[in-house]
Amino acid sequence: MLEIKDLHVSVDGNEILKGINLSVGTGEVHAIMGPNGSGKSTLSYILSGKDGYDVTAGSVTYEGKDLLEMETDERACEGIFLAFQYPVEIPGVNNTYFLKAAVNAKRKYQGLEELDAMGFMKLMKEKMPIVEMKQDLLTRSVNVGFSGGEKKRNEIFQMAVLEPKLALLDETDSGLDIDALRIVANGVNSLRNEERSMVVVTHYQRLLDYIEPDFVHVLSDGKIIKSGDKSLALELEDKGYSWLDKSA
Amino acid sequence: MSQANQELHELAKKEYEHGFVTDIESDTLPPGLDEDTVRAISARKKEPQWMLDWRLEAFAKWQEMTPPKWPYLDLPEIDFQSISYYSAPKKPEDGPKSLDEVDPKLIETYNKLGIPLEEQKLLAGVTEATDVAVDAVFDSVSVKTTYSERLAEDGIIFCSLSEAIHDHPDLIKQYMASVVPVTDNFFAALNCAVFTDGSFVYIPKGVRCPMELSTYFRINAQNTGQFERTLIIAEEGSYVSYLEGCTAPQRDENQLHAAVVELVAMKDAEIKYSTVQNWYPGDETGKGGIYNFVTKRAECRGDNSKVSWTQVETGSAITWKYPSCVLKGDNSTGEFYSVALSSLSQQADTGTKMIHLGKNTSSTIVAKGVSAMKGQNAYRGLVHIGKSADGARNYTQCDSLLLGDTCGAHTFPYMEVKNPTAQVEHEATTSKIGDDQLFYCQQRGISEEDAVSMIVNGFCKEVFKELPMEFAVEAQKLLSVSLEGAVG
Repeated sequence: MLEIKDLHVSVDGNEILKGINLSVGTGEVHAIMGPNGSGKSTLSYILSGKDGYDVTAGSVTYEGKDLLEMETDERACEGIFLAFQYPVEIPGVNNTYFLKAAVNAKRKYQGLEELDAMGFMKLMKEKMPIVEMKQDLLTRSVNVGFSGGEKKRNEIFQMAVLEPKLALLDETDSGLDIDALRIVANGVNSLRNEERSMVVVTHYQRLLDYIEPDFVHVLSDGKIIKSGDKSLALELEDKGYSWLDKSA
Repeated sequence: MSQANQELHELAKKEYEHGFVTDIESDTLPPGLDEDTVRAISARKKEPQWMLDWRLEAFAKWQEMTPPKWPYLDLPEIDFQSISYYSAPKKPEDGPKSLDEVDPKLIETYNKLGIPLEEQKLLAGVTEATDVAVDAVFDSVSVKTTYSERLAEDGIIFCSLSEAIHDHPDLIKQYMASVVPVTDNFFAALNCAVFTDGSFVYIPKGVRCPMELSTYFRINAQNTGQFERTLIIAEEGSYVSYLEGCTAPQRDENQLHAAVVELVAMKDAEIKYSTVQNWYPGDETGKGGIYNFVTKRAECRGDNSKVSWTQVETGSAITWKYPSCVLKGDNSTGEFYSVALSSLSQQADTGTKMIHLGKNTSSTIVAKGVSAMKGQNAYRGLVHIGKSADGARNYTQCDSLLLGDTCGAHTFPYMEVKNPTAQVEHEATTSKIGDDQLFYCQQRGISEEDAVSMIVNGFCKEVFKELPMEFAVEAQKLLSVSLEGAVG
C-alpha cells in the first residue's frame, strides 16, 4: 500500500527526515513513536501533502503511484486521510456542509454521483454512533469553539464518513482526558479492517493500549532507529527513549 | 406577425411614449460639460421648466465644489470635460459583431455564473443579439405590465424617475434632494445637474408591497446611464423591499458613475434595500474599470421606522460609497450589512453613517471586507449620537479578511457621542486566510479554489443571510467567481 524509500525532507533548509524507510501493507496498523522534534509530524505532513516541506531525496509510492507528484486534494481523494493533531477552525462554515463538500469532492473524483442532502444525512446518521458524535457539533462552524476532545472526535467522525484507505493519525491522543481517549480510540478501532491501513503517530504508549499496532517504529532525529512489534512500545514506556539513543 | 407578437409590439411602443428611449437611439452628446449640456439633457428628456431650473442651480453650485480628498483611494484626476453626459446606448453597429469579439474573460465569467447564451449576448451588447434583446425587453415589458397592474391595485407607484417627473411632479418636488441635499458633496451635486434616469417608488400609507421590487422588471433600467437617481418613499405603516443590480457583469463604456439614492421612511414604515454590484473591475494592472461614486442615504423620518441597507460589492475599479441612515424618528432603526471585495487592483473606501437624532434609536453595522491580489479595502464608518438621542444604541462589527500578502485592509471608525445615555459598541477583527485552513480543506479532498470560496463565504455569512434568498445564492456564486485565481 505505502512504500517509503530513503526519504529525506527539509524545512527551510534544515533537514528533518534523514532517510526514512517504511513499508505499510494493506490492513496493517503501524505506530510511529519518538521524542519531540524527531520528525513524527513532518512525516504525516509530507505524506498528506502540506506545503513548505522539501523532499531532497528518496521516494514515496502509494498504491503503485508516485505520491509526491500528487496534489494535496488528489491524495485525499485517493484515500489518504490525516487526523490532525491541531484540527483547524473555519468560522462561518457549517460542519455538516464542510463534510458534505468533502464527501462529494471525493465521489466526484471517483466518478460517482454526488450525494444529495437526504443521502448525506443518512450517511451521517449511520456514522455518528462510532464516536458518539453529538448532533450540535454538526450544526456549528467547523471546529469553532469545540473543546479539545470534541475536535478529535470530529476528526475521527470525518474519517468514518470519508472511509480512507490509509489513515494517518497525528498525536490523536494529545489533549484528551481518559474518557475522551477511550471514545476516540474505540472509534478508530471500529474503523479497522483488512482493507484499511493506519499509521498512528504518538508520544506515548497509552494510546497503543487502546489501538494495538501490528508494528512499532521508533523515530529519532529523522531516522527510524528501531522497529518491532507492540512489545517494543511497552519496553519504550518502561525504559524511555534515551535507552534507544544510547544503544543506537 | 402573429397576434401575440403584435400585442407585444404595441405594448412596447406604449411604454416608449413615456420615456426618453425613442430619442436616445440616435443621439449622444459630445463630450464636455457646461450649462448647455445641462439644458440639452433636460430638453432630450422633455422636462418641465422647474426641473431644468433645478438642474441649472445644481450645476452652478457644483462648479464651486471640489472632489473630496479624504478617501483612502489612489484617485486619478478625472477630466470632467472629456466625458459625454448623455450616454445613449451604443448604436447596434458600434457593438461587437458576435461573442467572439467580446473579452473572453467576460464570457468565462458568464459561463461560470450559468448565464444562458442569449442573455450573454444581450449583456455584452452584441449586434446580432439586437433581435434577442428586443424580444427579451418585450418579455420584461409584459412582466412589468402584469406586475404594474397588481401594484397599481394597491396604489403603489413604481416607474422611472423620468416618468415620475412628468406624472407625479408634486411628489418629486417634495422629496427629491430632501435627504441628500444638492450640495451634499461634489458627486451628488454633479448627479443633480446631469442625472439621466433612475427609479421612483411610492408606497402609500399602510400598504405592504406584495413583491420584491427590482430594477430588472423595468425596461428603462437597461440604460439608466452613468448618473442614476433613485427615490423611494414609504408612507406611514408601509413596507417595501427593493433590489438593485445584477450579478452579471455588464459591458459598460462609461468610466464614471455617480449615483444618488434617497429613501424616506415615515412613521412605522420599513424599507429594505439590497444591492449586488458587479461592474467591470479593470484588470490586474489597474487598467480600465468603473469609478463608482455613490451617495446613498435614508431618512427615518417617523417614529418606529426602519431602514436596512444590504450590499455586496465585488465590482468597480474604485468604489466610494457610504449608505447611511439619519434616524430622526423616536425608536427608529438603521441597519447596514456589507460585503466589499477588492481583488485585482480594485480600491474600495466604503462604509456607512448612522446619525442618531431621535430617542431610543438603534443601529447595527456589520461590515465585511475581503482583500485579495493587489486590492485595497477601507472601511469608513461614522456613528453620531446627537444631544437629543436619549437611550440611543449602536453595535458595529467590522471584519477584514486578507488573501495573500499583497493586498490591504484599513479601518477608519469615527464616533461622535453627544449624549451620555448612549451605548456604542465597536468590534473589529482582521484575519488572513491561513495556509492551515486551506491545507485542512484540501486534505479532506476539497480543491483550493473551492476551499477559498468556502472560507470567504463563511466569513460573509452574516451579511448574506440578510439578502433575499435568491440574491443570496447568486451573491455567493459571484464571490467565488470574483476570487478565482486570487490565491495560489
